[in-house]
Amino acid sequence: MYFGLSEEQSFFQDNVKKYLEEHATIDNIKHITSGDEKNLSAEIHQGLLNLGINGLLIPEEFGGLGLDLLFAAVVSEALGSGVGPTPFIAPYVMAPTAIKHAGSKSQQENYLSKIAANEYRFGVGFSEFIGKRNDAGITFSDNALNGRAMFVLDANDATHLLLADEKGQIFIVDAKSTNIEIVKLTTVDKTRQYSEVICENLEAELLENSLDSENPINQAIDAGRIMLAADSLGASQIMIDKAVDYAKERKQFGRAIGSFQAVKHMCAEMAADLEPCFALVWHAAHCHDHSPAEARLMACHAKAHVSEMSKGIAKKATEVHGGMGFTDLLGLHYWFKRIGLNRQILGSPELVREEAYKTQV
Amino acid sequence: MDLEYGPEYQDFTKELQSFCKKYKELSFTDGSNNPLGSSGGSGGPKMSRSEWQKILIENGYFARSVPKEYGGYGGEADILKSRIIAAEFSKSSTPGAMGGQGIDMLVPTLLEMGTEEQKQAYIKPTLHGEMIWCQGYSEPNAGSDLASLQTKGELVGDEWVINGQKIWTSTAQYSQMCFCLVRTEPDAPKHAGISYLLIPMDTPGIEIRPLVDMTLKAGFNEVFFTDVKIPATNIVGKRGEGWAVANATLGHERGSLAPPDATMNRVNMLMRLMKEETLDGKPLIEHPIYRDRLMQIQGKVLAQQSHALRLLSAKLNPGADVKIGKMIQKLTGTELRHELEGLAIDVMGEIGTLYEDSPHLKNDGTWQFIYMYFLGLIIGGGTSQIQKNIIAERGLGMPKEPKVEGA
Repeated sequence: MYFGLSEEQSFFQDNVKKYLEEHATIDNIKHITSGDEKNLSAEIHQGLLNLGINGLLIPEEFGGLGLDLLFAAVVSEALGSGVGPTPFIAPYVMAPTAIKHAGSKSQQENYLSKIAANEYRFGVGFSEFIGKRNDAGITFSDNALNGRAMFVLDANDATHLLLADEKGQIFIVDAKSTNIEIVKLTTVDKTRQYSEVICENLEAELLENSLDSENPINQAIDAGRIMLAADSLGASQIMIDKAVDYAKERKQFGRAIGSFQAVKHMCAEMAADLEPCFALVWHAAHCHDHSPAEARLMACHAKAHVSEMSKGIAKKATEVHGGMGFTDLLGLHYWFKRIGLNRQILGSPELVREEAYKTQV
Repeated sequence: MDLEYGPEYQDFTKELQSFCKKYKELSFTDGSNNPLGSSGGSGGPKMSRSEWQKILIENGYFARSVPKEYGGYGGEADILKSRIIAAEFSKSSTPGAMGGQGIDMLVPTLLEMGTEEQKQAYIKPTLHGEMIWCQGYSEPNAGSDLASLQTKGELVGDEWVINGQKIWTSTAQYSQMCFCLVRTEPDAPKHAGISYLLIPMDTPGIEIRPLVDMTLKAGFNEVFFTDVKIPATNIVGKRGEGWAVANATLGHERGSLAPPDATMNRVNMLMRLMKEETLDGKPLIEHPIYRDRLMQIQGKVLAQQSHALRLLSAKLNPGADVKIGKMIQKLTGTELRHELEGLAIDVMGEIGTLYEDSPHLKNDGTWQFIYMYFLGLIIGGGTSQIQKNIIAERGLGMPKEPKVEGA
């Protein structure tokens, strides 16, 4: 019995963390998010591709590494720690998972091998299947898609998109088609891309095994939710580390502010809230591959619970920094906003807990 | 990640399951008057608690790693087997072994630091449930600041003479013995002036007064010592080493107060209750506000269960860094259990306030009782605020509060 990360997983995670520490420095993040350094983001993405992040979940027969979701979760955690300004969850986790579960043999072979070879990059738009806002929604008829998908992940530089209709059927579309309009959405989190996608008689290929089946899309959403939880986990741990360091350094009333119980108790509460989240996220990722009966419940709770804990940590860690925490100088807000987006994307806590309940009736 | 236990443990589980099947309806001839054991069933084999305790030891289901010469099973410590035993007993509702502070705290302390005579004299009867212990630590003026305790022990000839008062002493009225922290070196610094003494409770000069708590049960006592004389040899460790001896077992108590598996059993029980109870003609579980609160708590308990697996794994595979992970258990476990019991009261509304033997009481009033009882556990054994100091100072390396002169 062993509950924890393997040496390979820890090693890979350290490599991603180190790479981001060197290349995604706060200065670089500032350039990227203010839009004045378009190439930097692509360079960082390329650097991570060189580490192999695109092939983690793709079976070896299609040129990937054939690893478990837990491996992807530790990468996602590292991306959260380093506010990695690069696509990951949509192209390298949700898309491969969806295609593995929903694609016919030939669709799998075609698309998975091209993701592994970095020829295709997928954006993913499943928001309306989880919860349709206002007049958004995609319909499929006569081999074509019509309608609007909101908060499509990583659509900007994608070659293809995965979109879903309200029944959870999954479609592959060409992101460069003339019948598609991709509108950039500006959110508080400028380290990642979110788009609105408008389709008008857009030619689409149905992933065959998603015909009248919700299982494949749920598999992809579960995987995506576990990644978002892992991202918030990494981001929260960094915020705690920074708050604790600051409280040890900063002096007021002649002593380090960390010696005041009002401050140290906030730090202890953050640590106590976050520590069990590591085990929950790892366990959920493990169940996704090895314990189908618990997989959905664990994925939903990992997403909802880590979102709740992280929200509190983002607030408290900022408060421990006092006025400095509120400034752009320290850049603490990049983690604060990353946690904010992770909470709402692929289902806010209330929606996800409702799904958790439904798996038990 | 590998959550399988392996074939040896599957056999062990099967053997245990047939044992539990045989004994789960067990009823005790010495009734339910023992506060340290489970209540037992109504049919099945009949025996005394002490006999049951012996059967458990013979089979290696209790006191597994305690040497045979001291009344234990004499096997290798096996963390996974201990976990399987706890899980199977709980699943089948088979009465477990007696617990209490003698078994949970004194026995490990003696095994580690007791003299051979002390081990011979005390461990066996304690394990067999024939000798019950209480813990004499806290005093009216020594709570969170336990090391400032003032109960005095003076060596006169070959006897300790003890004077002072202890408080929050659970089970003192049933106990034969007390393991007690006493100030024996009044001139030494406060942590270095304490000794760990073993006091027979029938010694003249001991007075026990029950202390009724908010649950209206007398869970605690005050114990008064007036010229209580015990043999000089009734000391564990050397004079002035009592603080270290006590600390060897305090950590043990903190970790075991609110195991997440027990909390999850209560979550499941609450879910059943919410399917049965109705509000405006609809089961409570169909009211989205209550359902969401239940799901929030279920997520928290799942996180603690996963965390417990991580800690279990760290015991089996030394080297994993779980320092903070262990420190948070008392704080998070007791707070979560209190929150869960409180949720049950909220979903029942007015019915949740019923108590004791009232008509319309649900689940024997356990929600209301445990809600209050766990507030006691949040305070006892190091309050939540003390736990946060420990996590911040020892776990996160944050600076201590400057000491007040003379404290």
